[in-house]
Amino acid sequence: MLTFNTLVGVCFLYVVLLFLVAFVADKRARRSKVRFLTSPMIYTLSLSVYCTAWTFYGAVGYAARSGLEFVTIYLGPTLVMIGWWWFLRKLVRVGRSQRVTSIADLVSSRYGKSNLLGVLVTLIAVVGTTPYIALQLQSVTLSFAVFARDRSAGWAVPDLEQTAFWVAGGLALFTILFGTRNLDVNERHHGVVTAIAVEAVVKLVALLAVGIFVVWGVGGGPQGIASAMDQVIKAAPEGAWALQGGRWVGLTFLSAAAFLTLPRMFQVLVVENVNERQLAMASWAFPLYLFLMSLFVIPIAVVGLSLMPAGENPDLFVLTLPLYFGRDGLAMLSFLGGFSSATSMVIVASIALATMVSNHIIMPIWLSTRPGGASEYGDVRQILLTARRLSIGGILALGYLYYSISGGGSALAAIGLISFAGVAQVLPAMAGGLFWRGASRGGAVAGLITGFAIWAYTLFLPSFGDAGAMSASMLAHGPWGIEALRPQALFGVDGLDPVVHALFWSLILNCAVFILISLMSFPSPLERLQAAQFVNVLDHSGPARGRSFSAATAEDLLVMAQQIMGADQAQAWFQAQAELQGKQGYLPDTTPDFIGRLERELSGLVGTATAHAMIAQILGGATVSVDDLLAVADETQQMLEQTTQLETKQRELTLTARQLSEVNEKLTQLSIQKDAFLSQISHELRTPMTSIRAFSEILRDGGADDPQAAARHASIIHDESVRLTRLLDDLLDLSVLENGQVQLNPRREVVREVLDRAIAATSSVIDHENMHIHRNRSDEGIALYTDTDRLAQVFINLISNAAKYCDAKEKRLAIRVRQRGGRLQVDFVDNGGGVPLESQSMIFEKFSRLSDHLAAGGAGLGLAICREIMDKLGGEITYLPGQSGAAFRVTLPVGNPSTFARGAEAGVNHL
Amino acid sequence: MTKQVLVIEDEPNIAEAISFILSRDGWNVSTHASGTTAVQAVRDVQPDVLILDVMLPGKSGYDILQDLRSSDDTRALPVLMLTARGQKTDRELAERLGVSRFMTKPFSNTEMLSNLRELVGG
Repeated sequence: MLTFNTLVGVCFLYVVLLFLVAFVADKRARRSKVRFLTSPMIYTLSLSVYCTAWTFYGAVGYAARSGLEFVTIYLGPTLVMIGWWWFLRKLVRVGRSQRVTSIADLVSSRYGKSNLLGVLVTLIAVVGTTPYIALQLQSVTLSFAVFARDRSAGWAVPDLEQTAFWVAGGLALFTILFGTRNLDVNERHHGVVTAIAVEAVVKLVALLAVGIFVVWGVGGGPQGIASAMDQVIKAAPEGAWALQGGRWVGLTFLSAAAFLTLPRMFQVLVVENVNERQLAMASWAFPLYLFLMSLFVIPIAVVGLSLMPAGENPDLFVLTLPLYFGRDGLAMLSFLGGFSSATSMVIVASIALATMVSNHIIMPIWLSTRPGGASEYGDVRQILLTARRLSIGGILALGYLYYSISGGGSALAAIGLISFAGVAQVLPAMAGGLFWRGASRGGAVAGLITGFAIWAYTLFLPSFGDAGAMSASMLAHGPWGIEALRPQALFGVDGLDPVVHALFWSLILNCAVFILISLMSFPSPLERLQAAQFVNVLDHSGPARGRSFSAATAEDLLVMAQQIMGADQAQAWFQAQAELQGKQGYLPDTTPDFIGRLERELSGLVGTATAHAMIAQILGGATVSVDDLLAVADETQQMLEQTTQLETKQRELTLTARQLSEVNEKLTQLSIQKDAFLSQISHELRTPMTSIRAFSEILRDGGADDPQAAARHASIIHDESVRLTRLLDDLLDLSVLENGQVQLNPRREVVREVLDRAIAATSSVIDHENMHIHRNRSDEGIALYTDTDRLAQVFINLISNAAKYCDAKEKRLAIRVRQRGGRLQVDFVDNGGGVPLESQSMIFEKFSRLSDHLAAGGAGLGLAICREIMDKLGGEITYLPGQSGAAFRVTLPVGNPSTFARGAEAGVNHL
Repeated sequence: MTKQVLVIEDEPNIAEAISFILSRDGWNVSTHASGTTAVQAVRDVQPDVLILDVMLPGKSGYDILQDLRSSDDTRALPVLMLTARGQKTDRELAERLGVSRFMTKPFSNTEMLSNLRELVGG
């Protein structure tokens, strides 16, 4: 015996389970383990939010009243899914490329990011969905009541309104918790979608279980059902089970349209879609799901009608049949199936509506109350989240209000169809926007208003009955007695089913106004830009072009983006963008491409119209620039495509030209360098040669009479020959090093010994009386594995440079040795005037001797050789600015036999 | 009458060689090693002929020559230019600036002497 408390307990446990599923999925998504979450299977199952309590319970009731007609509700979506290649694929592609957050956002974005349209679609969606949410609440409370009815002995009938209140509250809590945990850039909710997929399985299993029980448990198998069906058809009122062609076509079309335009369907179909692979699988798997959902509808209806007491509500057969036969467990499962159907619809619908309401109504209002620049925005992110949460609460409250005010209508299916027809009004604007470039904002607005008004007049308001919004006389004779304006027989078209009638008129007039005004109006440049992007999304899903905001500073945009995306995410994104442009840091150039990308990125959070408005605000209100106008000035698509191709070609050409000129410049530079080098070499060789020749001619011609002078001339010849030889040695050394043909002889040695050797080698050149070398020998006990002879050569060079160039009266050279990680660092700092800032960058170049020849002695190749050597050893030599005097830092890997080869090789490659 | 010659050359060994050769030939020789003060040295010494190196610290031989040629008192001074960068363009530049003789290093002692004698009309 099921008690109310057990029922509530089971519901509670089930919701906890859903919480867990959503929580785990969210966590996985956050750790980027989304492979399972993005599987086509989950996507397909999530589409089952189409099957609400109306389908779960109501389909049987529908079948019991009108026979096979209920199939139309499944037929529409099936056709849409099978034909996904033509329509859905485009819709999903546009949704992704434009980062669309809702159906209102899609329409608003398509028609020039018009917020008016966003508001309009949002209103239609709210009006169309609220009764539907009420319906779900009703179905849950009704199913509670069913359990209570027969068990009055066990527990009191619960207060239905109170039950509905708690259900609405619980759903609001769940939705807020998982629907607004974070502002995802793509507005995707992995947790919620996974929970919905679980509910989809529960629905299906429950309905199949009840069906199997009904057919084979009580119905006597297929034959039994078939004979019972004959009985039922005979007993039914005349024509109830007959097929009506008009209604079939109309209802199939209606369900197909609703499948595309219902906010919750758009949410799972487009917004939550991750890739088109999902769509390909769903195209056959979802029709299969629908088929299974509808498989046992007729048998359950037939068995219910023939076995249950007369007057039993056929809408609840799925639940009452198992109860009637005492199958409490099965009834429980069926109850959970209905509960799943209702909750999944309410959750997704309220997320979708909340996104629309917050992005298109709350945010724009909030933004408009806040004039001025980005810095005054405050934390938009937090405000947006709060707006979402409030919207979810508000929407569920509306649903609950509608439920308690309407008192719960009798036939569930009627409300479902009315809702369907309401949201279907968005279809012309949406489909027109995707396939017709000429569709304009004015047309869309007028069509939507027209369609919505006619729907309200012919279907929605009359649905409250003659006691509601319309009087009986108005329904029967039209307003002011004008028969042509009778709500349910507009323009004298009588005898049609009310739904088909309303659908016919609202959509026909909606389309007519939409097309007519589109043809007459001239769209704004931005609108035409968007139109081209939407209609041709499959041809080139490339980035938006042609907008340039020179005034925009990247920094302002970053400040704004940080407030919306969060600081870390915004900075990372800006840095990535800057890197794409080949720039360092966080501030990319504000190219049109970048602005477009930023706008799309922000669109994912706040919707296209708001993102556009926010960026426009920063960019000084420039919504459309001259470039914009140019980009859309061409009338035909062919021209646009040609332009695109030309632009691409031109870009390529410009790029090639730039590369060529760079190469050319480099070659010229190299050639100049080579000339300068040869000229320098010539000078350096000829100078000692001049002295040698002059003095040898003097000697040849008899020489000086003074023997002292003669000896001095001979010694000059000797010194200049030595200088010449040294120069040639240096040149050869450098040439060998530069050409990478150098043979390195690595060995293990302590730094101290290398320095000792270097200082000893310089003692002939430098006057130790006049230069003090400061060392901290205890620091120098670091073992090296490298070509220490070459390293010593570098040290000798630096020490003799200090001796030559240090201009202090008492020259001091400090040599500091340190180990940093695996690298040795040796600093040579003297107390002279140092190297002037403007020369620091060129001292390592060949012949870059700075001071005059006299002091130098060498040819200015020393540091160039040092640089080459350090390169070979896998290290480097740099000038350390900002020291007391000239300061050079030598760093190299401490090295070991195994790493040496690699480090040295890297040095060679480095050349 | 001994002729006065000024040698502007920063390489001490080369300056010494030139001084020795010219002194032995009977010239009165002064030397100067800086480019910056070279023009002033010419005014101070007032030589009959000038031997001018190109690569000088501070100011190049070309700039010095230009200064000399643009001033009335030194316009006519015979100048023998010496350079270790004996490229065609160097010679052309010197001639355009109004050099009297142009020689590349290393030079022949006798050739330099004969050049100098021609320049002072000896």
